Amino acid sequence: MDITVNILLTIATAATPLLIAAIGELVVERSGVLNLGVEGMMIMGAVGGFGAGYLTGSPWIGLLAAIAMGAVFSLLFAVMTLSLATNQVATGLSLTLLGLGLSGMMGTSFVGQPGERLPNLYIPVLTDIPVVGRLLFGQDPIFYISIALTAAVMWFLFKTRTGLTLRSIGDSHTSAHALGIKVIRYRYLSVIFGGACAGLAGGHLSLVYTPQWVENMSAGRGWIALALVVFASWRPWRVLAGAYIFGAVWIGQLHAQAFGIPVPSQLLSSLPYLATVVVLVLISRNKRLTMMNTPASLGQPFVPDR
Amino acid sequence: MSADHDGANLLEVRGLTKIFGTLTACDHIDLNIAKGEIHALLGENGAGKSTLVKMLFGSLEPNSGEIFWNGEAVRITSPGMAKKLGIGMVFQHFSLFEALTAAENIALSLDDGSPISSIAAKARALSFSYGLPLDPDSLVGDLSVGERQRIEIIRCLLQTPQLIILDEPTSVLTPQEADKLFETLERLRSEGKSILYISHRLEEVKRICDRATVLRHGKVVGHCNPREETASSLARMMVGNEVKAVVRAPAEGIETAAPLLEIRALSRKPATPFSIPLKNINLNVRAGEVIGIAGVAGNGQGEFFESVSGEVLQQDAASVRIRGKDAGALSITGRRLMGAAFVPEERLGHGAAPRMKLSENLLLSRHATDGKVFVGTGGAVKSAAVYAAAQRIIVAMDVRKSAPDPEAAALSGGNLQKFIVGRELDRSPAVMVVNQPTWGVDAGAAAHIRQALIELARSGSAVLVISQDLDELFEISDAIAVMHNGELSKPLPIADATFEKIGLLMGGAEPGHAEHVLETA
Repeated sequence: MDITVNILLTIATAATPLLIAAIGELVVERSGVLNLGVEGMMIMGAVGGFGAGYLTGSPWIGLLAAIAMGAVFSLLFAVMTLSLATNQVATGLSLTLLGLGLSGMMGTSFVGQPGERLPNLYIPVLTDIPVVGRLLFGQDPIFYISIALTAAVMWFLFKTRTGLTLRSIGDSHTSAHALGIKVIRYRYLSVIFGGACAGLAGGHLSLVYTPQWVENMSAGRGWIALALVVFASWRPWRVLAGAYIFGAVWIGQLHAQAFGIPVPSQLLSSLPYLATVVVLVLISRNKRLTMMNTPASLGQPFVPDR
Repeated sequence: MSADHDGANLLEVRGLTKIFGTLTACDHIDLNIAKGEIHALLGENGAGKSTLVKMLFGSLEPNSGEIFWNGEAVRITSPGMAKKLGIGMVFQHFSLFEALTAAENIALSLDDGSPISSIAAKARALSFSYGLPLDPDSLVGDLSVGERQRIEIIRCLLQTPQLIILDEPTSVLTPQEADKLFETLERLRSEGKSILYISHRLEEVKRICDRATVLRHGKVVGHCNPREETASSLARMMVGNEVKAVVRAPAEGIETAAPLLEIRALSRKPATPFSIPLKNINLNVRAGEVIGIAGVAGNGQGEFFESVSGEVLQQDAASVRIRGKDAGALSITGRRLMGAAFVPEERLGHGAAPRMKLSENLLLSRHATDGKVFVGTGGAVKSAAVYAAAQRIIVAMDVRKSAPDPEAAALSGGNLQKFIVGRELDRSPAVMVVNQPTWGVDAGAAAHIRQALIELARSGSAVLVISQDLDELFEISDAIAVMHNGELSKPLPIADATFEKIGLLMGGAEPGHAEHVLETA
């Protein structure tokens, strides 16, 4: 029984950073901006979070620093693509490259140092309930943030006016502009929100997952988050499903490898990717819904003519 | 007419000028709109109407000139500010969000925080009272142009503006729908609201407008009372010379000519839950004739065009036959190679790629049919040949533009339409299928396109025209069929066709059962 609980807990830990980064990017893309810099913002969040935690001794300050780092870093992207109307794909890629390099440089003195870990939640009695207690009331704080964030984004996008406005900008920025909606302002805020989420996801890596600093410790998770958004056809609950399927198969194949199952390890390592793609493609079969949810102006620079 | 002896001007425009590069789109425009009047803005494509209106709505900034609102000088710097002042706008190229529902589209343009469910109810009530039926929950992407325009109008009315700008509002409405709109406009006028009405349909301008301002090449060429003018005197002011009437030579020997386009028992399931199924459509278009298809927007014309053009393939290859051969299983290119040509309804994004040059758009639709001319060995594009062909079409169709080879999106609607129709005519196709050939196109350009279609038919091609403009169909067709709810009536020879008969068929009456419908109605 304990093993099952432990496996479920590790699945949640593996899925949480993917979920947070993907939810942030979902909001960005819903506003019509394609930010390929998730990986870079994530690693900046990781190094910022670790550094602040290590220097102050408080993982909570580390957490805030991770969020701030991602947001500030995304501002660079926002200024370039929104105010200067540069190509979003190229700018996003360079943001990732810059983030990977910069974080490595900033983190040289952190390598090998013990980090601060965010404590798991502990509520007397509740957390002590067998099995469900630890799953529901005994996880790290970022896990709860990730679930709340998903629900909040879902509510925001589909139940509020501001969310509707945001989606309309993603559908057609020229129409939105004609209606008097401040396209650039909305997009700035979306990009910064996405950056803050990516930073938080990075903070999860260096403050919860493995509380230490290792260069390139994001290990491609930013790219997986980006792919999740597309395969989930820009819908929050599908991103949640995708992140957890990925996490589950990832942990599953690690255990399978440990048991020495006679399947090439390369094949097992590719399973999480395969499974996530297959499942999300299957649930996205409805072309009409996909059309409704795909931001039509994604990746196009917007320059209002005056 | 100046403001001095008329204190009740809602809007005054003095010396408004807008310059794009070397082109002066609006040159010292003066315009007064009184409270409670319907003011027409007339002008050919490229005369500067859209530019002027965009400046009034705040989406373009004038280079010089003044705007007075209720006697006070204002700078309208954004559409949001225009709305705040009380200026509402119904766009010609609709500014709707396709992935959102009608109600959501309406909600977006309202500033109050009312929940979407109550907006849906309000929109439903308003659309009902103005006779513009609308399902607030339908997805805009699934709606026809006519239905989308209803959303635009209702969206504008819900904001209770003082001045409503309507850009070509009736171009997609049936005569009955247009009448309803006129009632709406007259009601708004009686409520003291002002309307700036842009149209190329001179008859309706004469019918509902109190005053008119005529633009030509960016300048005001005159103010007049349209009721005191004739349609041809208005057209002369607009164009600067006489508009040539379309001449339709009698078609001879059509009965014995071979059908070049045959539609046999064409059926199609609805593609989306909101679209119309096609039910057992049969039609022959013979060499030398123009067949018109009339119908209210959204009765399956779009689906029919997609099936005939090959955007959607048929299960039964024999259900579409071109020049005597089965074409139902062939793609658009396959059908083009058999000698057919197609002009879809939407110019931007369907008929032409907006951000590509005209010459590139030419190559896109003709690389296969004119492969030898435009594409050299190894797939290299012969740019010079493509450019020359584009210029030939531009000259033949009198396309007006600001650069030698501009992007498609840079052309005004009518000029782009002339180019797209010209691109297909240039091939002298044996079968030509056109959906809404002159939607939003001014009188001069429309006459040009219509004449070209008739001449193509008389030179031995089969021409099929789908249009919501009944005047147009009566002008060019040898027979008119009506599409209603996915079914196509038998073509009525033009000699037997009347507005009333076609109108009844458009409303869903079976031929010969018109009396029955009248009784139950």
